[in-house]
This record gives sequence, C-alpha cells and structure tokens, in this order.
Amino acid sequence: MHSLLESLIEIIRRTSAEIPDDVHQAILKSLENEKKGTIAASALNIIERNIELAKRKSQPICQDTGSVLFYVDAPIGLDQVAFEETAREAVKQATKKGYLRQNSVDSLTGKNDGTNCGPGAPTLHFHQHRGSELRVRLVLKGGGCENVGAQYSLPDEGLGANRDLDGCRRVILDAVLQAQGKGCGPGILGVCIGGDRATGFEWSKTQFLRRLEDVNPVPELAALEQEIVKTANDLGIGPMGFGGSTTLLGCKICAVNRVPASYFVSVSYMCWAYRRQGATLDADGRIAGWLY
Amino acid sequence: MTLLSTPITEETIRSLRVGDEVALTGIVFTGRDAIHKYLHEGGALPPGVSLKGGVIYHCGPVVIKDASGAWKVVAAGPTTSTREEPYQWQIIRDHGVRGVIGKGGMGPKTQQACKEYGCVYLHAVGGAAQVLAECVQKVRDVYFLEKFGSPEAIWELEVVKFPAVVTIDAHGRSLHEEVFKASASALSRHVQPVAH
Ligand code: SF4
Repeated sequence: MHSLLESLIEIIRRTSAEIPDDVHQAILKSLENEKKGTIAASALNIIERNIELAKRKSQPICQDTGSVLFYVDAPIGLDQVAFEETAREAVKQATKKGYLRQNSVDSLTGKNDGTNCGPGAPTLHFHQHRGSELRVRLVLKGGGCENVGAQYSLPDEGLGANRDLDGCRRVILDAVLQAQGKGCGPGILGVCIGGDRATGFEWSKTQFLRRLEDVNPVPELAALEQEIVKTANDLGIGPMGFGGSTTLLGCKICAVNRVPASYFVSVSYMCWAYRRQGATLDADGRIAGWLY
Repeated sequence: MTLLSTPITEETIRSLRVGDEVALTGIVFTGRDAIHKYLHEGGALPPGVSLKGGVIYHCGPVVIKDASGAWKVVAAGPTTSTREEPYQWQIIRDHGVRGVIGKGGMGPKTQQACKEYGCVYLHAVGGAAQVLAECVQKVRDVYFLEKFGSPEAIWELEVVKFPAVVTIDAHGRSLHEEVFKASASALSRHVQPVAH
C-alpha cells in the first residue's frame, strides 16, 4: 500500500476543489429554473463561476473546508490502524498544501494547532465487506450548514407531527423553513428516520454518499424525497434565502430501526458547496477509478 | 446593479433598497467575533483605521505571503453574521459604519441601527470564496494580527466590484424577515393545520 498516502491526499484535493458532477448538473438545472435578472439567478451565477474557478485553480471551493469525514469500505484483512494513521498524515499534508484550511479547534482551549488532527478529527467510518475492493469516500462537511441541521423527537405537538410519514414530512419541512438561506442554500438534505440521537445523525450523513439522481429502493421513501424537494421549492426561500424557486437540490432519506419508546427524525443539511468524492484503490493503494 | 465606492455617504446609503444588487469598489475592513466583542467593550481602533463612511466585512480570509513577501488573499467568502448581532448596532452607531457585508442576515437590533444611523447590510454569496477573493486587488494592511490571530485580525482590503445584495436597508426593511414570513405562510398551505 505504498501509494496510499499520495492517493488520499489526491482524494482530499479533488473533494475540496471540485464539485461532483451530479451536484454540478443539479445546480446548472436550477439556474435554468430561476427567472433571469433576479437576485436568485445572480447568486446561482456567482456559485457557478466559483465552481469553475476553484476547479481551474485547484483551490478550495469554499474556505470552510469543513469536518473531514472518511467512509471506508474495506476488504477483510485491511489493517485499519495503519489506514487511519496514513489518513491522519494525509490530512496534515493536505492542510500544508492548502487543500484544507486550518480548520480544527480544541474545544476546551480554543487552540488551533493548524494540523486538522485531534480528538475526533478526522473521523473515519470503516465498513468491512467480503469483496476484495477498497473504496474510500470523503465528505467535507461545512460548519454553516451543519449548524442548521436539526433532530426532532416525535410526536411533536407544536408541529402536529405524529409518528408516521406525514409527521416526518412536517418536521423535515420545518427544518427547511428554519434553515432559510443560512446553510448556504440551495441545499441538499440527508435524513434518517429512527435510530438513536447519535446514530440518527450518523445515518443522515451517509445519505450524502448517494448520487442525487438515484432512486430510493423503498417506494414510500422515494415518494417522500420527491415531495420534500417539490414542496421546499414552493416555499420561495431560494438561493441564499434571497427568494426564488431553488431552495433544495435534493433530499435523501433512510429509515433504520428504533426502540419503541423513541422516534427520531434527524435532518442534516449540506450547502451547495457539496464536497463529496471517492475512489476505488488497488492493492498498492493507487487510485483505480473515481466513484463520482 | 448599483456601483458603490468607499467612503459612502449617508445619502447614497439611504437611496438603496432591499433587493438591490451592488458592486462595491474601495476599502473594506474585515472583522469577526474577536474584534466585534473588543469594540463593543470599548476597545479603540488601531491608529490609521477609520470606519467612518466605511464597510465592515464579516470574513476570516485565507491570506498567504507570496514570493515577494506581499500578502495575498486566496479565499475570502463571508462568514455567518448573526454571531455579531449583540455588538453590531453599537459599532454602527459609534463608528459611522455605512455598510456591513456578511451572510445569513442579521436581527432586529442591527435592522434598527441601519435605519437610525444610515447603514445597510450587504449579503455576499456564501461559499463563493474564489470569486470573492478575485475581487480583492490588494491587501493594504493588517491590524491586530498578533493579538487576535489571522482569521480574526482586521485586514484592510482593496476590492473592485465586489458583488452583494442589499438585504437590510436603511428604511427598516429586511429581506430575511420578509422571506421568512412568506415561506412560513406558504408552508402552512402545504400542511394541514394543527388541531389543538
Ligand atoms: S455552509 Fe458551506 S458554502 Fe456556506 S460557508 Fe459553510 S461550507 Fe461554505
């Protein structure tokens, strides 16, 4: 695996500087939908220019390069300890090269040692599988959009949300309303129905690994995803909260089991600067192909 | 598109309305949490800095020194403004600030100060770090670099045609308030009313 370090640095660079194609297509499509000459269209035009510029200059799309979240699908036998050590080193080097901003702060002292490494940073999720492929995905999750995420415990009397799909719909739409443009919309939602307070947000974030155009295999959830996007775009919040017809570019929902006493709906918000990439690595740790 | 250049007069500011697009040329001073709190607590501006008729930019830019030793801004998007809501009104009042650039909007105290003293809130496109960095022609100076650290320091930036939208004007209007109300009422048409 002597190429692993180099490959991980390249995955970080590409994630930070290049918007994945599925999201880029959605932004271009939304630009067609906004009325010409509006401030919503202007904002999307600037976003589009920014995407081009970041890619051309190989520099961060947004200066908040976010929390660094790795998702690793590992064949049985991968040395996870060694992988994690290499990933930390990759993060340090990517920070030195300017692909990541010095973005990780000690929560007690407020100190920033400039490495982006510390307790809980970066975060790695390992998932073993019986195949031979090693897949590494990376999400850089910005702070502004993380701050508008929300977790609801159903029933929620104020919102009239019972423990059913209509209740889920109500709280998800409430999250969109409360977020307005503050999460640098247009946004993409990752939602988990069920789980506990911790796993709910873990699962909601894994929804960001899905391609925007995929169709949820669970028909009820597929319908709910579509309805949320349609209704959200009817609310007139628009890009940056300027008003307009693009509030969400997508919504991805999963459902996991819960205990009978709890019914959580966890909503994660991703800004337009949707940084997610991934690659398959060969036995030497070289990039064999890109996943998005 | 309205072209603005610093220093800005009260008359120009009062001619702006919510929803106007502006392109700002001149000097902006960055300022975020540390400097707002410092000024609020009565701290003095460093010699050479005057905010009179000036513009504060809520931004922690990424700045590097190029080969010749000159500062260069490589990323300069806005940061969330609401964190300065407790302090901003007073800084507008005491320092004659005419424009505040940021993202996400601000609350009623700032809205009131904009109306009373003649100031506007200019919303830049959040996340557009590269486009906005291109508008920065030059770093004129930096203040409080040691005291507050790079992102929190006051960077005096020369900008050309920096794009933003007036979302709080000097007439008491706030686009954020209006969009929130309109979207809440649109949402109420999509969900059955709650039976109490
Ligand atoms: S929410 Fe996203 S686009 Fe906005 S500042 Fe944060 S990371 Fe950048």
